[in-house]
Amino acid sequence: MSIDKTGHLRRHHDMGGLPAGAVDRHEHDHAPWEKRVDAIMRLLSDPKRRILKVDELRRGIEELGPGVYDALGYYERWIASIANILIEKGVIEIDELGRRMAAIEARHEAARAKGKGA
Amino acid sequence: MTAPRFPVGAPVRIRRAWPPGHVRAPWYLRGHRGEVCAVVGDFGNPEELAYGRRDGAKLTLYRVRFRQTEIWPDYAGPTADTLETEIYENWLEPAA
Repeated sequence: MSIDKTGHLRRHHDMGGLPAGAVDRHEHDHAPWEKRVDAIMRLLSDPKRRILKVDELRRGIEELGPGVYDALGYYERWIASIANILIEKGVIEIDELGRRMAAIEARHEAARAKGKGA
Repeated sequence: MTAPRFPVGAPVRIRRAWPPGHVRAPWYLRGHRGEVCAVVGDFGNPEELAYGRRDGAKLTLYRVRFRQTEIWPDYAGPTADTLETEIYENWLEPAA
């Protein structure tokens, strides 16, 4: 958020009309993990589950704050928001998520180390 | 859908309000005058849905057309240029 000249708080994402750099118009492919994030969002919001609505996803992205918002890529913002909201709703527990993330990170590091040794 | 509060052609102004939270009226349009160019339909209020409250009353969504010269004081393009965006009824007020 920033405070404009009238003293009002302007949330970081609401940047329409502010000075900005050039727009990158190149086409690009999505990485497999980005497609998975998209799929996770579709599954969570489908009519059968209705766990998460796109409005909640957007709200969660807006609440990441200016530094994180700018540092993360598009689908990184999505998964950060999804994780926060699933924790809020009690769908997943922080401890459960933390342990799973650590296990996956360890697995990746082991695979990387093995790759280097080969 | 019942008769919309703002029919096509109605002059409207985006309310000058700055509430916190998830807000569906872009900052750069607040206080500016436009004209309803379509009544899109009735939908759940996204500002409530964003916090998981799904049982609220539906809100009418409008497409509003603005003159670019109305929005940007230093607009250098043709004066006939317009911008259209979709805005929920809670953000509109009648304009002269």
